[in-house]
Amino acid sequence: MVTITQSQDIEFLKEQARIVRIEILKMLTQAGSGHTGGSLSAADIVTALYFYKMRHRPDDPKWQERDRFILSKGHAAPLLYTALALTGYFDKSLLSTLRKTGSPLQGHPSSKMLQGVEVSTGSLGQGLSIANGMALGLRLDKRCSRVYCLMGDGEIQEGQVWEAAMTASHYFLDNICAIVDFNEMQIDGRCSDVMKIDPLPEKWKAFGWHIFEIDGHNMQEIVDALDEAEKIKFKPSVIIARTIKGKGVSIFEGKVEYHGLAPTKEELEIALKELGADGK
Amino acid sequence: MGSREEQKTEQRTDFFGQAIATRDAYGEALVELGKRNEKVVVLDADLSGSTKTAKFAKAFSERFFNMGISEQDMMGTSGGLSLAGKIPFASTFAVFASGRAWDQIRQTICYSHLNVKIVASHAGITVGEDGASHQALEDVALMRALPGIVVIVPSDGFETKQVIDAVAEYEGPVYVRLGRAKVPSVMPEDYKFQIGKAHKFHIGRDVNIIADGIMVSAALQAKEMLSKKGIDAGVINMPVIKPLDNDILIEAAKASKFIVTAEEHSIIGGLGGAVSEFLSENHPVKIKKIGTKDTFGGSGKPDELLKLFGLTAEDIVRTILHKE
Repeated sequence: MVTITQSQDIEFLKEQARIVRIEILKMLTQAGSGHTGGSLSAADIVTALYFYKMRHRPDDPKWQERDRFILSKGHAAPLLYTALALTGYFDKSLLSTLRKTGSPLQGHPSSKMLQGVEVSTGSLGQGLSIANGMALGLRLDKRCSRVYCLMGDGEIQEGQVWEAAMTASHYFLDNICAIVDFNEMQIDGRCSDVMKIDPLPEKWKAFGWHIFEIDGHNMQEIVDALDEAEKIKFKPSVIIARTIKGKGVSIFEGKVEYHGLAPTKEELEIALKELGADGK
Repeated sequence: MGSREEQKTEQRTDFFGQAIATRDAYGEALVELGKRNEKVVVLDADLSGSTKTAKFAKAFSERFFNMGISEQDMMGTSGGLSLAGKIPFASTFAVFASGRAWDQIRQTICYSHLNVKIVASHAGITVGEDGASHQALEDVALMRALPGIVVIVPSDGFETKQVIDAVAEYEGPVYVRLGRAKVPSVMPEDYKFQIGKAHKFHIGRDVNIIADGIMVSAALQAKEMLSKKGIDAGVINMPVIKPLDNDILIEAAKASKFIVTAEEHSIIGGLGGAVSEFLSENHPVKIKKIGTKDTFGGSGKPDELLKLFGLTAEDIVRTILHKE
């Protein structure tokens, strides 16, 4: 994999992230429900994965040498669907069916219904265990594929995450890269008020992980961390990405109420204008 | 009924020399399967000595993963291994597999219809001295409610070995329920296990006993005792609770108009529940369910517990006599 160093490549990814955000907001508004805040906070990270870091073939979703992505925070489904559509797994027009009866774009991702979704998620805290299993299987087959697992910060309150954190370290799973979308908010409020998760880096370090702490909206930092994580041997890596819930649209940024709310038509208009997509 | 067949049955049910716990049969079957199929991997949650997966661990250390005391993580990891093309067998006690990790089995394994084989040992009250906290009496009900899963309760070691081979060939989630205690060998030598197929020892005119697990041998003993009283009791081994063998149930209900189910499990939601659900809609007959009665288990010697909870051949006989 060629490392991105040139500024125009970073600019390309930033532009893709902008388009991803536009599509997320459009589909959420059409659906009338869904999770806006956490889809936007992880948009830069997932864009970097699908448009840069991961080896994958949208025309051959089961390609054995592919890297795997698990959206453990399944409520950010609109983000995953957008990344899949824009990289060519299915037609973009399908995005408008989000959450509609009979649509393969379920409220939370279903691998049985949609190509490109590696595994169904939605019940929080389960993705990292699945990622570990994939990583163990890939290693048994001597494949060099990597497994990426995106978790919410509120999600890591689930005990299973820490069972899995032990497992990855115990089995030296250096083909795993976990990412924590550290937006410091969950549905009932700030994480620090609902259930303290700090200190995050120390927790992961104590569980035997290599830590990267980055600004989850700085594309260069995201790309660098993903590249560096690949070089870490004999231990799993976690990228703790500081993010802002609802990032990219001023009326949603840092607003906990948009965790589980879709934009209204009026809000969408404001959002599209801010994202430079008015009239589209 | 011919006396030769009677003798054969008696010999089988009394032949404790061949008695083997289903978990021991599992341990042996896994090693054989591991030799034949490289895709087979095994996970355990710190109970490999008890579930007998330790034999596989010794033979194929690179394909065995001890997950520590973390059943939820074990189910998720099994799911991931299946997505990487492996055939994972995940084992722990039935109470932890079905209870502690139910959400992982639902959300990760069943919803994605992953090729994971959950083989749970130490089911039922014959766990014995460890008591109620370790005796799964509702696991079949919990598993059976999940869409797309196959639920199997083998009756003896011979059948268990065949079950393990069959589920490895089958694509999709499976729950297999095994016991701690030794059980007599009951299935005939030419028996061939198939998912969705029951085995009829005999179809009775007066009553038919549908049993699974250790209750199959009790049912066979009850049949002999009833025969001496002039009652023609049939016995059917129903090892697959989901999907049920509907044809055999219809045949049995038509033959006797009285059905007794027998299982080492709560009468709520297990074999008795499944049989009742099906027959009430398709061929209603009188059904009596033998099992534990909406209660937890307890400590004691397995044989004493079976008497205490009403799970012996005598209990089956009494239930049948009182109906009439």
